Amino acid sequence: MLLNVTNLNCRRGPKLIIANVSLSVTAGECIILRGPNGSGKTTLLRFLAGLSDNAGIKTYNNSIAYSGHLDGVKSTLTVNENLSFWAGIYATNNLDKVIKKLNLEDLSNNLVGELSTGQKRRLGLARMLISNAKIWLMDEPTSSLDTSTSSLIFEAINLHCKNDGAAIISTHINLNIPKSRVLNMEDFAVKREDEDDPFLKGSFQ
Amino acid sequence: MKSLILRDLRLAVRSGGGFALTLSFFLIVVMMVPFGVGANLDLLARIAPGVLWIGALLSCLLSLDRIFQLDWEDGTLEALATSPIPLSGIATAKATAHWIITGLPITIAAIPLGYLLNLETEAYIWLVASLSVGTPALSFIGAFGAAITVGIKRGGLLLSLLVLPLYIPTLMLGAQCVTIGSETPIKLLALVAAISLFCIALIPFACAIALRANLK
Amino acid sequence: MSLWEYANPAKFMALSARILPYLAIASSCLLLAGLFWGFFLTPADYKQGSTVKIIFLHVPAALMAINAWLMMLVTSLVWLIRRHHVSALAAKAAAPIGITMTLIAIATGAIWGKPMWGTYWAWDPRLTSFMILLVFYFGYLALWEAIEDKDTAADLTSILCIVGSIFALLSRYAVNFWSQGLHQGASLSLDKEQHVDNTFYLPLLVCIVGMVLLFLTLVLIRTRTEIRSRRLIALRLRGI
Repeated sequence: MLLNVTNLNCRRGPKLIIANVSLSVTAGECIILRGPNGSGKTTLLRFLAGLSDNAGIKTYNNSIAYSGHLDGVKSTLTVNENLSFWAGIYATNNLDKVIKKLNLEDLSNNLVGELSTGQKRRLGLARMLISNAKIWLMDEPTSSLDTSTSSLIFEAINLHCKNDGAAIISTHINLNIPKSRVLNMEDFAVKREDEDDPFLKGSFQ
Repeated sequence: MKSLILRDLRLAVRSGGGFALTLSFFLIVVMMVPFGVGANLDLLARIAPGVLWIGALLSCLLSLDRIFQLDWEDGTLEALATSPIPLSGIATAKATAHWIITGLPITIAAIPLGYLLNLETEAYIWLVASLSVGTPALSFIGAFGAAITVGIKRGGLLLSLLVLPLYIPTLMLGAQCVTIGSETPIKLLALVAAISLFCIALIPFACAIALRANLK
Repeated sequence: MSLWEYANPAKFMALSARILPYLAIASSCLLLAGLFWGFFLTPADYKQGSTVKIIFLHVPAALMAINAWLMMLVTSLVWLIRRHHVSALAAKAAAPIGITMTLIAIATGAIWGKPMWGTYWAWDPRLTSFMILLVFYFGYLALWEAIEDKDTAADLTSILCIVGSIFALLSRYAVNFWSQGLHQGASLSLDKEQHVDNTFYLPLLVCIVGMVLLFLTLVLIRTRTEIRSRRLIALRLRGI
């Protein structure tokens, strides 16, 4: 078991977005979050990443890498500088391997500002690999990407899961990942009895 | 943390604005004073400590919003917040980098600017001493203000309103330390250093709470 | 039965609705009585004449200016540690009252200062401290206004209040070094109080108690308003 969540309620601002999420992730598993815009995929991923309150979330080896809508790269630094910065932050030494794996060797001395969107997304993926984290949380990793780059990213996820990692991904595209499990966000939709706004509790009786 | 400091320094150098902008602003602020109060050398000598300290403070203020804002906008802060480094460590690294980019050059630039303002000869040593032990406090307090306002668009004015009151004790003691005729500059210097150490020790935790609230 | 139960908004609303009328009546009676006693029934000071009577307004306002900030500090800590919503809202409610008290203290001080020292304003340590306190209040309120999400605003203003308190305190003592030799021995109101004899002291005490109750009344009213506005937000989100 890598991650265990019990009865998690997620708010965005004052609004309860999803309620009673219970979920456990084991090594090798890939979980795909599905649901329309506004169903709380991003909110759930942010909660799992520990960016919001993390009561009810239990991670077992405490290594999570999160990638949101933005790649977190600096356009005035080169590819190499960006990635070695993250290698320093995560204190890992697999930088060269990752660069080779994602075919970034030719780009490594280019400024990130000169790269295309797809290439930047590849850098975002490279950060996930560099982190050596067991659990990847990825929010729409393939948004605005063509099929070939998308499949590169899915291959990387696939490989990660094969190596006893796990991933939780929100995406619209059908993936070809063997041990994947689809989680429908509608199951966590907020019902009237879930609502627990502190300002309404006990007010109108 | 070391790589975070190094990256911030590299970014400051790359974008070109880093050192040069702060120093030019410091020069302009100091230059404006004789234009405003007249070129009477005695008067300038008397107000020089205060003017240099206020100039240092304003130049520091100018670059505060860059501490967290850029990383906030491109998603780096989110990624950093989920990395193994605690947020207080990130705040410490960022404030340190800010001090190297602004506090240190300001301290050095204060010497020639002091000459422009006819600062008394004996005061230079106290000027350099008080600025070098006082500017870390300015950077750390400023990082706290930047952490609070990071989620606010166009928060620059608010940032100044929040940070300047927090600068008051440092400014009072620091400028007083340089003023010739104050009986105990060494005591004042020790107090400025105490404020700096206090800020370095505790402000990062306040920054972490503020960043966490903003990332929610 | 613990004190924390009243941190629940519904309980707080019920309780505060019950005690507010008494509090309002008590505070207005005490303030009116105290001020009347102080202004009309005490003899004029042989040295300062009748100007001294402004202490009946000045001292209570100055005390409450500081106490309002202290209350904000305590409620901010309670919010950060125990996450009681009423606590955060009470801190927000207290700030404008604190500003008003600070302004009253500065204004009455200036009016009193003119006949006594011949100036409305001097950079005396105590006056300067009040000016600094005023700036801290402004920053605190501005931050509340600038942030859209209410809980985030509560978090950020709370931590600002705590850090601000530390630096306000530092300023209070740094001021002593800074204005050394400028206004030596210019200490006024608060030291004076210790020498006042009973004819002044008793009405002053009544005024202070009245002002404390007035502050409580206003904080309760404003906190109730804040809670109602949060209820409106919650109802709108629920889509009723």
